Amino acid sequence: MAEVGLHGVGMSYGATQALQDVSMTIPDGAFVVLLGPTGAGKTTTLRLIAGLERPEHGDITIDGQSVLRDTPAQRDVAMVFQQYSLYPHLSVRDNLAFPLRSPMLRLPEAEIAARVQAVARSLRIEHKLNNKATALSGGEMQRVSIGRALVRQPRIYLMDEPLSSLDAKLRADLRVELKRIHADLGATFLYVTHDQIEAMTMATHVGVLDQGRLVQFGTPREIYEDPVSTYVASRLGQPRITLLPAGSFGPGAPAAAAQMGLRPEHIVIGEGQSATVRRVERLGDQTRLHLAFGPHEIVTLTDPHTPLAAGESIAIRPQNPLWFDAHGNRI
Amino acid sequence: MSAYSVTEPSRLSKSVAALLVVGYAVITLLPLLWILSTGFKSGPDSISYPPKVLFEPSLEGYVNLFTTRTRIGAEQFAALPPPETWYDKIVRQSGTVIAGPSRFGERFMNSVIIGFGSTFLSIFLGTLAAYAFSRFRVPLKDDLLFFILSTRMMPPIAVAIPIYLMYRELGLSDTHLGMILLYTAVNISLAVWLLKGFIDEIPREYEEAALIDGYTRFQAFRKVVLPQAATGIASTAIFCLIFAWNEYAFAVLLTSGNAQTAPPFIPTIIGVGGQDWPAVAAGATLFLLPVMIFTILLRKHLLRGITFGAVRK
Repeated sequence: MAEVGLHGVGMSYGATQALQDVSMTIPDGAFVVLLGPTGAGKTTTLRLIAGLERPEHGDITIDGQSVLRDTPAQRDVAMVFQQYSLYPHLSVRDNLAFPLRSPMLRLPEAEIAARVQAVARSLRIEHKLNNKATALSGGEMQRVSIGRALVRQPRIYLMDEPLSSLDAKLRADLRVELKRIHADLGATFLYVTHDQIEAMTMATHVGVLDQGRLVQFGTPREIYEDPVSTYVASRLGQPRITLLPAGSFGPGAPAAAAQMGLRPEHIVIGEGQSATVRRVERLGDQTRLHLAFGPHEIVTLTDPHTPLAAGESIAIRPQNPLWFDAHGNRI
Repeated sequence: MSAYSVTEPSRLSKSVAALLVVGYAVITLLPLLWILSTGFKSGPDSISYPPKVLFEPSLEGYVNLFTTRTRIGAEQFAALPPPETWYDKIVRQSGTVIAGPSRFGERFMNSVIIGFGSTFLSIFLGTLAAYAFSRFRVPLKDDLLFFILSTRMMPPIAVAIPIYLMYRELGLSDTHLGMILLYTAVNISLAVWLLKGFIDEIPREYEEAALIDGYTRFQAFRKVVLPQAATGIASTAIFCLIFAWNEYAFAVLLTSGNAQTAPPFIPTIIGVGGQDWPAVAAGATLFLLPVMIFTILLRKHLLRGITFGAVRK
């Protein structure tokens, strides 16, 4: 349980600027998801908070205290690495017990055994406890790696794409499980993912990083409904937001607008201007329409049971689109 | 008809390979076998021509190795009480009596102390240095590593005279400590380079995970890095031991009385009472054993290979 603060943090690896002047306050008990493409600085942010890297500029605080001089152990954080990093010479059981046997905790063996058992049960790896860590599948390794973070109750959980190599069902189950753990423990989570569903369902706050800069920090709904730029707008939304020149649907654009952003909910089907259906993707619970509108392509959603087929024409009209200026900034 | 496999070698190529390996083993093991058998021959059998492959085994060589003997006059010899022990009996057959123990046992212990001592020191210092070179930002890292390697480029014996003079001044001549330090100095470059290679292969994430799990850097090194470097440490230790154990030139130059190792001692056996080949062979046989046992004990580590499995590449 802790509030984490980054204050003007800057960091570079050789010539590459990994983070630039990043400031954010992660409230106590928040579940923050960091979004951004590879190289945006998500993992670096986690490593800085964990204490595996030292920032070149700025300060990092936990509960108002600067932790720059603290070792990772003193910061009392748990981290799930993207590369699972299970200790290959230990069994699954000993891997899970490893943090509990640390000189920081020194728990009695009976309690260690009980906690390991409980975590193994919730992650469904009980039957693998006596296996060597190397004799597991990728998904099992990832669960052990999550388990190693969950066995103790640190102030902050740092997770670097922890669910990325699990199959869809397990991923959905663990998403719920992690959210439950978050609610039960009230701990602060910092979570890196590429997965929109994880971001939207688990996060209390989302931070969007672009080439080492924090470009927006807010609730998932703010990020989705009120993005500050085309870059942020493209991070969330399936199908992705369609960006068209501002005048594509005739006059009505604000003066400075250069682009309009259309999410499916911004497109009314059945009235307005004509577009041709290029492709119909039936995903079961939803159906995506790929439309040709003049020289542009628009992707939107429609009724799952639509009778539309490729080649047909429909009418579309924008409704409250998002407007962006020539630099991609929101107006 | 058995299934044909693309990756399995054919039965013919397997048999050819086996034949070559067996042939090579015979060629390399024959001299060892000869030493082993000569150790159990009697004096005349060991120098008979043509050489005897089948002979009556005798422990004369081993008894001579561990004893010094004197020849006494025929009258005195006849007046001796009957031999008390089996080795007295063997010695009497050649008309001599035991005068006392030889220095072989002592020399052998010197070899053990100096060989294993310098191996331990090389591995201890080498592991720490290799870890530092592998993980930390050391100023002038590449230059230092090259400097360490360069100590290996010159034959060690080229500096024998300066070392001899330095050791005499420092009082390290003919001491166990002096020989341990010398062999460590020669072996440390090999140890640092080999071990750095092994430690480089261990992903840093393991230590980082341990740091976050509440361990200090040194504890992470001990609990996570060392167990995974065991394979490398074992093979490096064998290399270091083989060098220190077999080293002859410095041992001849720098040791004589107190800290003399077995290699310079074994040839001197031959001068005691004629050409005593069985005793020399017995000494050589015993001398081979420790390195052999050490290698067999560490074999498991040598063969196991390094585990990379638990990090997704």
